[in-house]
Amino acid sequence: MQEPNINDQDNRMTQLIEQHQHLPGALLPLLHAVQLTFGYIPHTTVPAIAEALALSRAEVHGVISFYHGFRSQPCGRHLLQICCAEACQARGSRQLVEHTRQKLGVDFHQTTADGEITLEPVYCLGNCATGPSVRIGDRILGRVDPAAMDRLLDDLTRVPLRFQSPPPETSDTKRGPQ
Amino acid sequence: MINVYVPRDTTALSLGADAVADCLAREIQQRGLSARLVRNGSRGLFWLEPLIEVDTSRGRVAYGPVTQDDIPALLDQGMLEGSESHHLYQGYTEAIPYLQNQQRLTFSRVGITDPLSITDYRNHGGFRGLEQALGLKAAQIVDEVERSGLRGRGGAAFPAGRKWRTVLETDPERPGQPWSGRKFIVCNADEGDSGTFADRLLMEGDPYVLIEGMVIAGLAVGAETGFIYLRSEYPNAHRILTEAITRAEAEGYLGSNLLSSGRIFHLYIRLGAEAYICGEETAMLDSLEGKRGMVRAKPPLPAHHGAFGQPTVVNNVLTLAAVPYILAEGGQSYADFGMGRSRGTQPFQLAGNLARGGLVELAFGVTLRSLLYDFGGGTESGRPLRAVQVGGPLGAYLPESHWDTPMDYEAMADAGGMVGHGGIVAFDDSVDMAQQARFAMEFCRVESCGKCTPCRIGAVRGVEVIDRIIADQDRTDNLALLQDLCHTMEMGSLCAMGGMTPNPVRSALQFFPDDFTRPAGNEGG
Repeated sequence: MQEPNINDQDNRMTQLIEQHQHLPGALLPLLHAVQLTFGYIPHTTVPAIAEALALSRAEVHGVISFYHGFRSQPCGRHLLQICCAEACQARGSRQLVEHTRQKLGVDFHQTTADGEITLEPVYCLGNCATGPSVRIGDRILGRVDPAAMDRLLDDLTRVPLRFQSPPPETSDTKRGPQ
Repeated sequence: MINVYVPRDTTALSLGADAVADCLAREIQQRGLSARLVRNGSRGLFWLEPLIEVDTSRGRVAYGPVTQDDIPALLDQGMLEGSESHHLYQGYTEAIPYLQNQQRLTFSRVGITDPLSITDYRNHGGFRGLEQALGLKAAQIVDEVERSGLRGRGGAAFPAGRKWRTVLETDPERPGQPWSGRKFIVCNADEGDSGTFADRLLMEGDPYVLIEGMVIAGLAVGAETGFIYLRSEYPNAHRILTEAITRAEAEGYLGSNLLSSGRIFHLYIRLGAEAYICGEETAMLDSLEGKRGMVRAKPPLPAHHGAFGQPTVVNNVLTLAAVPYILAEGGQSYADFGMGRSRGTQPFQLAGNLARGGLVELAFGVTLRSLLYDFGGGTESGRPLRAVQVGGPLGAYLPESHWDTPMDYEAMADAGGMVGHGGIVAFDDSVDMAQQARFAMEFCRVESCGKCTPCRIGAVRGVEVIDRIIADQDRTDNLALLQDLCHTMEMGSLCAMGGMTPNPVRSALQFFPDDFTRPAGNEGG
């Protein structure tokens, strides 16, 4: 993912700050909004956040780095989280993690070389009777054994890039993004 | 017009419920059938999800687990008439023993109604508790909750009525403070314990009961603002709750003039950001205020000095969701369930390697064995059950010799375990308990807020020591060191994260010692 254009970023940040700064305990809602907008929390947004909420930059950085859910670096096109908590372990998640690491050639907190998939652990998706569970975006999948993971990865990497400019419409490119 | 139900809870969705619903809607249209598709909550019979239900004159019949490929054949064989011929036919839903043998109070509507329909909610007894509460004085509401014997369902089991009374009686005037004069209701919906999903199931399946419970709590203590602190790992619950709050506001169940009474209650959702420690109430309050989720020393109690420095009720989802029943039916009616000082019902969650995982709401006192076998059906893998972790990642691993202990707060504590939030994670005999002990330390290392050294550093050392034990390096000395470390963490940590991480470690050592004394490189399994 490219660094957002600075002017666009400033404009968006102004909007997001206006929308959130008056909430009680505004920092987490604002950080969520920033991450939703840019895919991560660019370090260049920290000064504006700090100033708007009358915090030090260190405090804002401290909050971003405390929570596993906030990213200060862009991740791959897909964020793939595998539940590593006990209930999924009891249903084979350790094997699933090992399989997925080998298949993708990355460890946790890393992104595949083609920028497609970032692999993260997650501790419980509340789907504990039908694990192993994984999360892709806002989708949670259950009973993901290694074969199901292979199908999922194939599906994810086959879909055309969502945010690419569309190719010229000819009869054989009409399928478009899913 | 026949109602056909396809759940929209996370588990059903994770197993393809949307595809099933889409296919069903398409087939109904193409075949010109007279049927209405309802997206209900889940009954909590997760091994049957996606579970389709169909209204018949004698109650709903169930089919499951259904895939989209099954839909044409199901319709061909008369599913909409409740036909028994298809092999996925499960009979009348209410007659499925797993459900029939439960005592559903808090979950009475879950899976039955359309979670977002206020009409459905009202038609099934919803908002009667709120109507009662609006006619009572604040102290009378607290009396009723106290009479019920309700204890906090998040794990600590503190009497809810006593907590509410403290907040009711606390003066919120704090001169010079920005929120002086205010009190707050905070719902802890950061259900991070592995093996627990009851909060999620309830929020996705019956969000109005939580909203109603929070409004009643507000009336009881004099709070006009509530927050639901929801974990970000629950995107589906977030969607459903957000919509439910919008609808409740539109209908006057939330807002500046509750049911035209002139009373006020505003409700907001705050999302966590993947930090287990924020399930601890004081860390959650810091997070709610926009800070790192660091555990606070108690006292002061949140009831005196909670969110934004003001008197605050912090209750778990299930605690608040039990309140509408108590107000509607009376505290005594709730207290008639249960045993000893554990009154009412507990939603137990059967998770991990069980043939029939799901939600089982029962009066306190049922044994673990009954839950594991009568309800859970033993392991899904078909291998023998070996270890059961009760009460989340900070709960003990119990061997078969402990499975006849009744599930009540005191009896479980006497047996060295805890009921906690009612999560039960079952493992078959392929489990390596040394690895599970290592994971307990690893999890604490990842999730410690860092405030207390025994937790922050102890967990790192704990992983290292267990690794040395597994590798057969100075095993005797390292086992002694591990016990010593557990003692230090237990005695030197402010909250349960560091203080109770020793539970799974020690129980693994005590009950499954063979797993720690294998030759190195032979990890079993």
